[in-house]
Amino acid sequence: MTAIQILIDGFAISALYALGATGFTLIFGVSGVLNLSHGALMVTAAVVAWAASSEFGLGAYAGAATGIVVCTGLTLATYGVVVRPIDKSRAIPPEEKEIFILTGTLLWGIMIQEFIAYLFTSNAKTVMPIVEGVVTIAGVRTPWNQVFTAVVCWATIGLLWLLVNRTRTGKVLLAASMNPRGVTLLGFELSKIYVAIWLIYGVLAGIAGVLLGQFLGVSSYSVGPLTASAFSIVVLGGLGSVSGSLIAAYVVGYLETLTAYLVSPAYRTIPALLLLVAVMYVRPQGLLGRR
Amino acid sequence: MLAKTVRNPLFWLCLIGLALASVLPLWVSGYILGLLTVAYYFGVFSMAWDLLFGFAGEVNFGPTFLIGLGAYTAGILNGHGVGIPLCLLAGTVAAVIGGLVLALPALRVRGPYFGLTTVVAVLILQNLIVVFADTTGGEIGLTVPDVISIDAATNYWIALGFMGVSGLILYAIAVSPVGLILQASGQDPIEAGALGFNVAKHKLAAFCVSAVFSGLAGALFVFYMGTASVGTLVDVSVGVQVIIGAVLGGRRTIVGGVLGAVFLIAAGELLRPLGSLSTFVVSAAALAVILFVPSGLLGILTRQGQRA
Repeated sequence: MTAIQILIDGFAISALYALGATGFTLIFGVSGVLNLSHGALMVTAAVVAWAASSEFGLGAYAGAATGIVVCTGLTLATYGVVVRPIDKSRAIPPEEKEIFILTGTLLWGIMIQEFIAYLFTSNAKTVMPIVEGVVTIAGVRTPWNQVFTAVVCWATIGLLWLLVNRTRTGKVLLAASMNPRGVTLLGFELSKIYVAIWLIYGVLAGIAGVLLGQFLGVSSYSVGPLTASAFSIVVLGGLGSVSGSLIAAYVVGYLETLTAYLVSPAYRTIPALLLLVAVMYVRPQGLLGRR
Repeated sequence: MLAKTVRNPLFWLCLIGLALASVLPLWVSGYILGLLTVAYYFGVFSMAWDLLFGFAGEVNFGPTFLIGLGAYTAGILNGHGVGIPLCLLAGTVAAVIGGLVLALPALRVRGPYFGLTTVVAVLILQNLIVVFADTTGGEIGLTVPDVISIDAATNYWIALGFMGVSGLILYAIAVSPVGLILQASGQDPIEAGALGFNVAKHKLAAFCVSAVFSGLAGALFVFYMGTASVGTLVDVSVGVQVIIGAVLGGRRTIVGGVLGAVFLIAAGELLRPLGSLSTFVVSAAALAVILFVPSGLLGILTRQGQRA
């Protein structure tokens, strides 16, 4: 029985990790930016969804939509206020842009975190679930919410795959990730492509954040751990590789669930961290990464 | 080199700064001295970080791994009856050993990968401290039996002296031929290697020096505070503060880290009436400096010095 429970729980949490890390890896793959305000964006989506649905009484659907819209706006603001100015700055030498973007997005994330704590306190909030009740899967009673989370995560990842591989916009994005200058020569404006990719990223982070808020609940304290977990999943999978981070999300998700059930919830994150270190020793570029 | 140092306005600026700082206990309250004492230790953390980043081009996201190793080793040994000097030594050694274990695999990889390995090191240390709560005090924190002194002025002078000496040594390393090789390796490791410099060896050495100062400062800090906890010494957010201090003060300057740390601690304290918004304002100010004055606070000062 426990085995099936681990399988089901692990599947849902891993799907959430996968969606949470996808946007992060997408941005890195296309523009080489590691956005350390990632966790703050996800938490914003969840807290706004909570406030809209429960505090302002808009209900579950409108609440979730508000959360996603606000998160997308904030993601675009992250690009416009922090990432783009640093990228364009003449005062910062090119080889140091990376550290400036890291520090800048980190500060931005702290600002969002503190502002959320100021507006809504730092208590944990659980977003009103869209589906309720329980279902019995192979003899294990599972909340519908958990099934819903897994389905929406995979549907979103599937849609992203279709968008990138089957549409013209997607092909331009893909081309931009491989050869930014070449795309410019073909007459596409790079800055528009970047805005498009940050827009997609915002929607992905928004959906992941709202689902996380429904499933586990969040508080302003979740900001750091969320960024750290997205970062480690992405590195384990290989920076910029979406399929790599999907695999890594499942490895980490199941490892954590196994540890929590079989050893103790207190040790939950340790094996995954040790695995990450071990992988870096043997294969520094990650599971599916290119060097 | 000495002649060049004497002609450098920065040298005189630092000297005047130190002289002014050393007579402060005659003027200001113990409360402000306490704040500055904390700021000086953070200044050393930032300077040690800057040696690794500003001069070797490696972004260490886990300065608190080294600081925490130094602090907890010293604190735990002191709890078992070991004297303060030996604890300080042991803390420093632990940080260097930890630094070596971390640096050997981490320096094989570059950029974000190196950064991640160092973050993971912090997370693992943090988890271990919580899991082995019997020895480390876990989430509640570790209480250290001995303190260096209960007198605010004495503590202040110790921190100031330690900061001054650390700054001098780190700065000397940074401007020495070794520092130049480090800088070259940071900017173009392949070319530096082609010129016959052992890039990995130099970076490893930089990491060790960084670890010596981080570990020793961490250990001293424990004996000043009388306690050590994950939230004040090891947490990733503490590391973030160290990094922001260094970038804010002016990267590649070593001494800028002190300015950044003092600014962060002072601003955090002045804005305390704002409550939870104070961190928001401090972060916004730091972000503004990064966006508009990338060379940092020291960059503004020295540029004006040159014009005058």
